[in-house]
Amino acid sequence: MGDQAVYALDNINLDIAAGEYVSIMGPSGSGKSTLLNLIGLLDKPDSGYYALDGIAITDLSETEQAQIRREKIGFVFQSFHLVPRLTAAENIELPLILSGIPVAERQKRVASALQDFDLQQRALHRPAELSGGQRQRVAIARATIMQPSVILADEPTGNLDHQIGAEVMMLLENLHHKGTTLIIVTHDRELGARAHRQIGMRDGKILTDQSHDAH
Amino acid sequence: MTLTDTLFFSFKAIVSYRVRSLLIILAMALGVAAVIILTALGDGARHYVINQFSSIGTNLLVVMPGRAETSGAFPGTVLGETPRDLTLKDAQLLGRLPQIKRYAPLNIGVAELSAANLLREVTVLGSNANLIPIRHMKLAQGNFLTQGSAQSAQIVLGHKLAQDFFPRSQAIGQRVRLGENRFLVSGVLAPQGESMGFNTDEIVIIPIDYAQALFNTTSLFRILIEAKSHNDIQSAKQAILDTLKQSHDGEEDNTVITQDAVLATFDRILHALTLSVAGIAAISLIVAGILIMNVMLVAVSQRTAEIGLLKAIGATTIDIRRLFFAEALWLSLAGAMIGFMLGQFGSLLLRLAYPQLPAWAPAWATLAGILIALVTGILASLLPAGRAARLDAVIALSKK
Repeated sequence: MGDQAVYALDNINLDIAAGEYVSIMGPSGSGKSTLLNLIGLLDKPDSGYYALDGIAITDLSETEQAQIRREKIGFVFQSFHLVPRLTAAENIELPLILSGIPVAERQKRVASALQDFDLQQRALHRPAELSGGQRQRVAIARATIMQPSVILADEPTGNLDHQIGAEVMMLLENLHHKGTTLIIVTHDRELGARAHRQIGMRDGKILTDQSHDAH
Repeated sequence: MTLTDTLFFSFKAIVSYRVRSLLIILAMALGVAAVIILTALGDGARHYVINQFSSIGTNLLVVMPGRAETSGAFPGTVLGETPRDLTLKDAQLLGRLPQIKRYAPLNIGVAELSAANLLREVTVLGSNANLIPIRHMKLAQGNFLTQGSAQSAQIVLGHKLAQDFFPRSQAIGQRVRLGENRFLVSGVLAPQGESMGFNTDEIVIIPIDYAQALFNTTSLFRILIEAKSHNDIQSAKQAILDTLKQSHDGEEDNTVITQDAVLATFDRILHALTLSVAGIAAISLIVAGILIMNVMLVAVSQRTAEIGLLKAIGATTIDIRRLFFAEALWLSLAGAMIGFMLGQFGSLLLRLAYPQLPAWAPAWATLAGILIALVTGILASLLPAGRAARLDAVIALSKK
């Protein structure tokens, strides 16, 4: 410790094709969340190169990176991260507001997202009044409202019971079927096994990287 | 993020943290209201004093004997020479000066007034008929010593004295005794009450020579002089000093006070007073600003997860900074507006409670109060907004 440098990620070399369904697995501290944060532009590598959709991210300014996050990346978190003082509809609307999309267009898109995720009855409820499954559906609706090219899900079912978790996974996998790249971080082997490509990590290194065909 | 969305989003945040927002707005509003009410009070006092002082005459000069000066030539002369008395002759000389409209010599003393078996001590003014217009006094009935007829033994009674001595009958034409002499009541002053600490309702006025005889003196207490116009005041003052110096064998042993100079001094003092109370009130605004900063800092740490999320879904650091900045702007704007209304309302109550006091906050103070509120609010938001914008998204998100 102390004078010995600790690498959260070490010598990672990873290519993910558009439209892939990837799970990243490993024990806690293995660096899987750090990898996800790097892919989602929340973290910056100390050294190395990262390109998303052919754009060299590592060269972009902070403002440009924010724009990429807005337009190309959708985050789904274990603890949902909904803004407690905003209603379900307002939470879903947030990325549209940040992108400066006009109000009329926003309302149209939010209405159709509420319908897609079966949340019409809950549109005006605050997160505290929603069940866990409903909260995660709001979060997924928010992550997809900008039609991103990649969805990053960090333990998306970690706070949900088994059945609700399965429903949430169905929703995410539906997005993948429509062509969105889906990357899931989990330490749940069963969940990870559903992905077509499974990456195993330990101590900041990729240990395994295996693919199997879609069912 | 568009400007409208930023303003709207931050407005919603303020509304959802209701108690916090109301307390900040209250602190800001009280500060602004304090500036407005205190300056209204100060400026009202200034106008009150100036009105009082203006009401005692127009273009007034007061000549008094004696002159405080420091002349270091001989010991014993440090506080000036023994003054030569002002005399009636001096007054008459001054009356001939071209800059002077009219003059009234003045003697003051106390004597016993008796009539109809009643007796009391009264303040006696000895003067001529010009005293009434020069001092802006009014007669309720009768007339004052007609000009030039100073020899006739006439007396003017203050309003209250006339009522006390002749409650049932007309005071005019009655005979009264003042000291050893008998006088004929020729007029009664209109009620005026207290003016510059002197109650004109309880005085009597007699011709100057009678007063001098009564008090056994040849010198005058004051000479009141009214200049022809405002522009003549300075030259009148110089002419008076020159004339008196000449008639007093070259000694400058008199002092001339102009109403103007006294007014200007009062104006300066009370203006400074208003400024200093405004300054003290402004400190409360700065305190309110620090409160805003404190509360915004707490808000940033409370909303760390929200800030992390906003960054994750694509908010730029500028967006975040603007959101918190707009929040502070709303708070101080609301505080300033409510404070303005509170201040106006408080000034209104002051005017209702003290009708003589024209307690209107001057425009500069109102404007300054509102501006200081806005500026401190905005300055206070810079630090918290910057801190929010610099938050690391990963750390912010991992915080529950």
